[in-house]
Amino acid sequence: MKECEYRQIPPGVAAPGTPGTLTSPPPAAAGPERPGAARRPRRKWEVFPGRNRFYCGGRLMLARHSGVFALTLGLILLTSGLFFAFDCPFLASHLTLAIPIIAAVLFFFVISCLLQTSFRDPGILPRATPSEAADLEKRIDSMGTSTYRPPARTMEVVINKYVVKLKYCYTCKMFRPPRTSHCSVCDNCVERFDHHCPWVGNCVGKRNYRYFYAFILSLSFLTAFIFACVVTHLTLRSQRDGFLTTLKTTPASVLELVICFFSVWSILGLSGFHTYLVASNLTTNEDIKGSWSNKRGSEFANPYSHKSVLTNCCAVLCGPFHPSLIDRRGFIQPDVGTPSSPKSEIPSFGAKPDTSMEDACQDFAISCTA
Amino acid sequence: MVHSLQELRRSASLATKVFVQRDYSDGTTCQFQTKFPPELESRIERQLFEETVKTLNSFYAEAEKIGGSSYLEGCLACATAYFIFLCMETHYEKVLKKISKYIQEQNEKIYAPRGLLLTDPLERGMRVIEISIYEDRCSSGSSSSSSSSSSSGGGGGGAGGR
Repeated sequence: MKECEYRQIPPGVAAPGTPGTLTSPPPAAAGPERPGAARRPRRKWEVFPGRNRFYCGGRLMLARHSGVFALTLGLILLTSGLFFAFDCPFLASHLTLAIPIIAAVLFFFVISCLLQTSFRDPGILPRATPSEAADLEKRIDSMGTSTYRPPARTMEVVINKYVVKLKYCYTCKMFRPPRTSHCSVCDNCVERFDHHCPWVGNCVGKRNYRYFYAFILSLSFLTAFIFACVVTHLTLRSQRDGFLTTLKTTPASVLELVICFFSVWSILGLSGFHTYLVASNLTTNEDIKGSWSNKRGSEFANPYSHKSVLTNCCAVLCGPFHPSLIDRRGFIQPDVGTPSSPKSEIPSFGAKPDTSMEDACQDFAISCTA
Repeated sequence: MVHSLQELRRSASLATKVFVQRDYSDGTTCQFQTKFPPELESRIERQLFEETVKTLNSFYAEAEKIGGSSYLEGCLACATAYFIFLCMETHYEKVLKKISKYIQEQNEKIYAPRGLLLTDPLERGMRVIEISIYEDRCSSGSSSSSSSSSSSGGGGGGAGGR
């Protein structure tokens, strides 16, 4: 069977008369069905297949529905703005100037991390080119499973001596690499998929997890700090003027108090949960699915863990900065030499509904709990 | 069958493509299988091909190494609220430039004269090394009847198919 893995394509089929397409300029790729594109070479983000929105010529990206992201940003800006306007002058004059300075640094860090989480590529894997997908089809066929019912497509690989199943992604036409999952909201495969977070309006994955973690950690500090400062402010004032007069003179502080009181618990809980995940080198996705839980015996441990809490933290938070793979600002080039056999049409029946439905439900469940 | 890189693109027609898959046996770091694909048997020596893949693997291992310098980079970036990369390249990007230069060089020196062309894995989502096999326009299809007999793996870990 090993010999069949790279089967020969007969040259007559494989070279469907495409001489010179390799050097043809990008506009030719657009083809006759897009007449408007003939003038200007198109960039890849303009035809990106996932459900994302792009800004600034493809430099920034967000998920399609980003209303909740605007809410997050609005709440942070509103609370911090009220704090700087109504509490900071009093606290700076009566206590110390350090309070506004610390708050400003934290606020700047929070906003920076939030924007980087939201607008960066979370680690999207580009879909397979037609020729790569065709090659994979051939390899799957040669595995010798030509029954009337297409099997659920999986491939087993050994990672650090653990057997891990890779699922075939029918949308992206490839076997998902380890830890990759297809986000049903954005319709992309994302590497080291954590979850789709509507609050930041993007998936959280390999490339933006550290920003996400820095965001929630610093946000919990900021919220707790503002909460403490507002309580101090109200206490100091009510000692001087009485409690009711204080409430009347500084209604903004009361509003901040309410917002912070309700948000601080969930944010603290979330930071705690993600600290646990970072320390054990897990993703939310794996934790919810229980992929490496101990219920099936100790031989099913997390194969990606570095066996030490400190190393895991460093690897997740201070590891290398991975490059974006989707090359949003690159120009479109044709995939030449596609073996255009009708075989590539076959896989889209039978096994598709159950696997993809299951994933969609899972992803949905994750995005709901997040 | 001697070509330069530009000449290859212009004058030869693409026959087929071979894909070298990822090797996950050491985790999710980017490594490729060093197994020699039988389609290339009549085109290139096994040793040359394996050397190219091993060099690429060592480049990727360098890029994804977790250690003092990557910790330093991560902490420095965090201290500047991740704004430092507006004016500085990451270590990974520097290595990627080296890789694309290396691939260009290998294409010119070794692969193009044999009618082959490597594609930078970065352009294929780091999933595969794509090798395009070209044939001269006039030549018949006889050259592609390769002997796919001895394809014992070159020790690239048992990661691939079963």
